Amino acid sequence: MTSVQPIPEALSALDRPNSYIGKTVPRPNLDRLMQGRGLYVSDIELPRMAHVVFVRSPHAHATINGIDVSTARQMPGVIAVVSGRELSTVITPWVGVLSHLKGLKSAPQNAIAIDRACWQGEAVAAVVANSRAQAEDAAERVSVEYQELDAVTDMRAALSPASAVIHASLGDNLAFERNHDAGAVDQAFAESDEVIEAEFIFGRHTGVTLEPRAVVADWNPAEARLTIYQGTQAPHMVQNIAALHLGLKESQVRVVCKDVGGSFGIKVHIYADEMATYALSKLLRRPVKFVADRVESFNTDIHARDHRCKGKIGVKRDGTITAFEIDDLTGIGPYSMYPRTSAIEANQVVNLVGGPYVTRNYRARARVVFQNKNVMCQYRAVGHPIACSVTEGLVDLAAMKIGVDPVEIRRRNLIADDAYPCASPSGLRFEQLSHHAALTKLVRMMDYEALRAEQSSMRARNIHRGIGIASFIEVTNPSAAFYGVGGAKISSQDGVAVRLDAQGSVICQTSITEQGQGSESLTAQIVGSVLGVSMDRVRVILGDTDNTPYGGGTWASRGAGIGGEAALQATKVLRRNILDVAAAILQSTAVELDIVNNAVVTVADGAPRIELSELARIVYFRPDTLPPGIQPELMATRHFVPREYPFAFTNGVQASWLEVDIETGFVKLLKHWVVEDCGTIINPQLVDEQIRGGVVQGLGAALFEKCVYDERGQLTNANMADYLVPMSGEMPDIDVGHVVSPTLESELGAKGAGEAGTAGAAAAVTNAVNDALKPFGTIITEIPLTPQVILTALGRI
Amino acid sequence: MKASAFDYARATSVANALELLTAHGERARVLAGGQSLLPAMNLRLIAPELIIDIGELDELRGVAARGGVLTIGALTRHADLQKSPEIAVHAPLLMDAVAHVAHPAIRNRGTIGGSLAQADPASELPACMLALGATIIARGPGGERRIAADEFFAGIYETALTPQELLVAVELPAQPKDSMHYFQEFSRRHGDYAIVGLAAQALVRDGRFADLRLGFFAVGDRPLLARSAGKLLDVAVTPAVLSEVSSALDEELSSLGDQQATPAMRRHLARVLLTRCVSSLLARTDLCAGVSA
Ligand SMILES: Cc1cc2nc3c(=O)[nH]c(=O)nc-3n(C[C@H](O)[C@H](O)[C@H](O)COP(=O)(O)OP(=O)(O)OC[C@H]3O[C@@H](n4cnc5c(N)ncnc54)[C@H](O)[C@@H]3O)c2cc1C
Repeated sequence: MTSVQPIPEALSALDRPNSYIGKTVPRPNLDRLMQGRGLYVSDIELPRMAHVVFVRSPHAHATINGIDVSTARQMPGVIAVVSGRELSTVITPWVGVLSHLKGLKSAPQNAIAIDRACWQGEAVAAVVANSRAQAEDAAERVSVEYQELDAVTDMRAALSPASAVIHASLGDNLAFERNHDAGAVDQAFAESDEVIEAEFIFGRHTGVTLEPRAVVADWNPAEARLTIYQGTQAPHMVQNIAALHLGLKESQVRVVCKDVGGSFGIKVHIYADEMATYALSKLLRRPVKFVADRVESFNTDIHARDHRCKGKIGVKRDGTITAFEIDDLTGIGPYSMYPRTSAIEANQVVNLVGGPYVTRNYRARARVVFQNKNVMCQYRAVGHPIACSVTEGLVDLAAMKIGVDPVEIRRRNLIADDAYPCASPSGLRFEQLSHHAALTKLVRMMDYEALRAEQSSMRARNIHRGIGIASFIEVTNPSAAFYGVGGAKISSQDGVAVRLDAQGSVICQTSITEQGQGSESLTAQIVGSVLGVSMDRVRVILGDTDNTPYGGGTWASRGAGIGGEAALQATKVLRRNILDVAAAILQSTAVELDIVNNAVVTVADGAPRIELSELARIVYFRPDTLPPGIQPELMATRHFVPREYPFAFTNGVQASWLEVDIETGFVKLLKHWVVEDCGTIINPQLVDEQIRGGVVQGLGAALFEKCVYDERGQLTNANMADYLVPMSGEMPDIDVGHVVSPTLESELGAKGAGEAGTAGAAAAVTNAVNDALKPFGTIITEIPLTPQVILTALGRI
Repeated sequence: MKASAFDYARATSVANALELLTAHGERARVLAGGQSLLPAMNLRLIAPELIIDIGELDELRGVAARGGVLTIGALTRHADLQKSPEIAVHAPLLMDAVAHVAHPAIRNRGTIGGSLAQADPASELPACMLALGATIIARGPGGERRIAADEFFAGIYETALTPQELLVAVELPAQPKDSMHYFQEFSRRHGDYAIVGLAAQALVRDGRFADLRLGFFAVGDRPLLARSAGKLLDVAVTPAVLSEVSSALDEELSSLGDQQATPAMRRHLARVLLTRCVSSLLARTDLCAGVSA
C-alpha cells in the first residue's frame, strides 16, 4: 500500500487544498444586508412595546430643583414619566474606575440624573409612551426647574483652584494622572544638537455611527428574565453589567445583538440612557425601546480625543533622535465612563508615544480632568492618533530643523526589523514588527522621489503640495492586561463551538460580534478551510449570550486574532473527531484520511471515500452500525486568549500627498498610502477595507470633525449639517500594501487590523500640510486643519 | 426627532392652495420638495399646524423660453434645471450653480421655488437670481405680484412674500449668446452650503467688461449684488484697479461669523473669489498672482 504521509500539523490547518485563508471571498452576510433583510434593533417590534424619550438637561451644569410631570402624564399615549429618583429604586449607580489605573477616581453616576445634571444632554427624566412621537410630545411638557451652576468647560482651567469642583466628594477635578520616566531624558536633551518643542491640539470628536445607539429591553416577570436587544460590541459585558445593577444573576439576563450599523468603539460602553431603558422595562414590566436620535447621539455618544499635548524631541545633527517628552492634558466630561473608564485614552498616549523608535529616553505626564461636557471614552484607535500625531509631528520638526529628509530620519531611528523581541521606552513588549520593510515598501509604492520632484516643479508655479509620512504601532489582540486585571468583568478570551449537522453542514457559534468588520466572514473562512468544507456550508451564529460561548466580543482589533484562533482550534478538534469516526466506518486510520471538498478522502491519492453528509447520517441516525465503543463527538468547543504577550503589536506607515490652496486655506487630498503588518491576512479585501475605513475616520479628524462647545458648555454643532463627517467626494484614493509578520502566539498568526488606518492618517496629513507650507515658515500642530486655521496660520486673515 | 402633529392638505389647484393659505396664513406652511421644511419640522424648530402640499400642481412645474424670457415654474426641481436644454442655452450660469446645491438625492426633490422662498443666505440659487436679473412672480389673495430679485430677499430666511402668497414662477431675461458667466463657491465638502460663493454674469468686449453682475452669497444676511462691479466696467483692468475694487467690495460686505468662518475670513474669501472671477472671465492669469490680501 501507499506510505502514509503524516499531516504536518503546523502548516496544515491553514495551508490546505481549497483554503479560504488569504483569499478575497464575499461575506456570507452580504446578500442579506444588501437586500434590506438585516435586523437592526430599530426594526424590532415586540407585543406591548413602549418607547422611551429622555428629557435632557439644556444646561452644562445645574441643580434640579423640581420636576413637574403632571401635564406630561396627561398627554395622549403616555404610559409613565419617571424621574431619576424613582428609577433608582430598580437600578444602582456605578463608578467608572479600574484598579490597575492607579489613582483613577470618579463619582457615582445614575441612570437618570438625580438632583444635579452635569452636562448638556444628560437625561433628567424619562417619558414612556406608545410611540416615539407621543413620547416626544409629552417630553416637551415636562417642566424641570433648574438652577444653573458654574460650568467647568476649558480643560486647562479645570485644575485651577479658582475653578468650580464638579464632584465635591472628589476634592478636585483631576480624575487621573500618570507619570513615566525612562532612560536619562535630561541628559539626552543636554547632549542633543537641537531640542524642538511644540503643542499639539486635537479637536474633540465622535464616532457618528450610521445606526444610532438602540436598545429594546424586555423584562418578562413570569420568567424573571430580562432580554436585551442591543447593538453592542460586547454582549457578555452588557449582560454582566445589567445584571449587576439590576440586582439579577447573569443567568437572568440575555443579550441579543443582531445587525449593528457601525460601532467604532461607540457601542462598547455602558450608557446611562441604555441602563435606564433596562430599568424602565423592569419597572414597567413590559418591553421598552430606546433609539437615540441624531441630536441625542451627538450629545451622549462618547466623544474622544479632546487633548492638548506638549511635546519635546531631542535630535543630533546626524539624525539620531535622543529623547521624547510629552505632557498631555485631556478633558473627559463629568464622569469616567463605565466600565472601561475614560483614563485609557490618555494612558495609551503615554504608552504609545515614541513607540516606533529606538530611543529609550522618554518622559511623559498625562492628566485627565473632569469638565461639564459630554463624556469621553474609547473610540477606534484609542489614543493612537494622539500619540502618532505627537510623535510623528515631533520627528518631522526635528528633521526640518537639522535639514534631513523625513524618510531618512525615520530610516535612521526606527527599530531595526531584526531587533525583536524588544520593548518600547514605555515598557511595551514587541514580538515582531517590520517598520523598515514597511517604509521601504511605502516609498516604492508612492514613488517618493518622483513626488518630491513634482512638488518642487509645482512650487515654482505657486502650487503648494506636501508629502507627509507617519509611522505607527497599533495595540491589538489585548489580553487580560487591558481590563481584566483592573477588575472589569470584560472577557479577553473568546470561544467558538463548531458542530456538524445531520446533513454535513457546519454550525459555528462564536463569542465575537459583527458590526460590519467581517467577523462572520473570517470565522466561516477559517472553519471552512480547517475542516475542508465549502464556506456556504458554514453558518455562523454570533451576538447572543444564550447561544454562543462566553467571550469578549469585537473591539480593540481582536476579532480575527483571538476569535479566529478559537475558531481554528475548535475546528481542528472537530476535524479530528470526524476523521476518527470516518476511520471506524471505513476501517482505516485517522492519519490516512483528510476532509476535502465536503468529503472524507484518502490523504495519499485524494480519492473520495465518504461524503460528510453520509457520515453525519450514519452518526445521527444509524449509530447502531458503528463499531462498539465509538461515541462520535461531532461538536467541539475551544477558547483562546493570548498569554505570552499582553498585546500583539502591529505596525505600519502611512503617507499623504495633498495640495494647500494658500489663498483660501482649503486642503485637497490627492492620494493616501498605507503599508501595514497585521500578521496573517485571512481576507485581503476585508483587511484593506478596514484600513481604508480607518483612514477615512482619521482623515475626518484631520480636516473636518470637531464637537464645537461654547464657553458655557453648550454643544453648538450637534447635527449632521454642522458637524462635518468625511464624505467620499473629499476622500483621496487610498492604496494599501502589506508586510506579513505573523504572531507566533497563535497558530493562525493573525493580529488586528481594525485601527491601523485611524492611527496614522491625521499625522500623515498634518505633516503633509506643514511640508506644503514650508516656504511660508508656518507650522500648524492643531487639527482639524480647517481653512480658518490654515489662513490664520498663514497670516492671511 | 419626530415632527409635532400637523394637519395635511393636498392642494388641488393653485386657487385651492391660495384659499388654504388665505384661511390659515401663518399657521400653515407650503410643502414643495420638503428638503428644508421637513428637517426643520423634525427638529421641532418649527411646528406648523397645517401643511399645504403643492407637489401635484403640474402647472407650477417646467421651464419655457419665449420672446427672450425664460420662465421657470416654482415646482421645477433642481435636477430638472440641470437637465433642461432651455437653461443650458439661455442661463448656463444656473446649470453650473445647481451642481453645487446639495447632493443628487436632494436635487431630485428640492425645487427652485422652495429654495428662493427659503432664502438661506448661503444658497446658490438666490444669488443667481440677482446675477441674472430675475423677476419673482408671486400670487396671493389680491392677485399676482412681480418682484425684482434684488427686492425679494429681505434677510435670513426672509423674503418679500406674505404668508398668504405662493411663489409661482421666476422669469429670467435670456442671456445673449456671447454673454459669459462664472460660478464658484468655497464649501468644506461637496454639496455643503457655501462659506462664500459668487455667481457672475458678464459681457466682455475687447478685453473689457461691458456688463458685469456679481451675485455674492453667504457674505451677509442675504445675497448681494455687488455695486463695486460697476468700477470694472469699460476700464482696462490692472492689479491696481482690481485691488481698488476689492476694497470697495469689502465696504459692501456685512459678513457674519459662524462655525465655518469668521467675518474676516468671509471677507478675505470674497476678495479671492472676485479676483479669480475677473481673471477667469477676462482670461487674464496675470491678475491672479497678486491675490493675497
Ligand atoms: C443635506 C442637505 C443639503 C442641502 N444643501 C443645500 C445647498 O448646498 N444649497 C442650497 O441652496 N440648498 C441646499 N439644501 C436645501 C435644498 O436646496 C432645498 O431643496 C431648498 O432649500 C428648499 O426647496 P424645497 O422644494 O425642498 O422646499 P421645502 O422644503 O418644501 O420648503 C422650504 C420653505 O419654502 C416654502 N415654500 C416652498 N415652496 C414655496 C412656494 N412655491 N411658495 C411659497 N413658499 C414656498 C415652504 O413653506 C418652506 O418654508 C440642502 C438640503 C439638504 C437636506
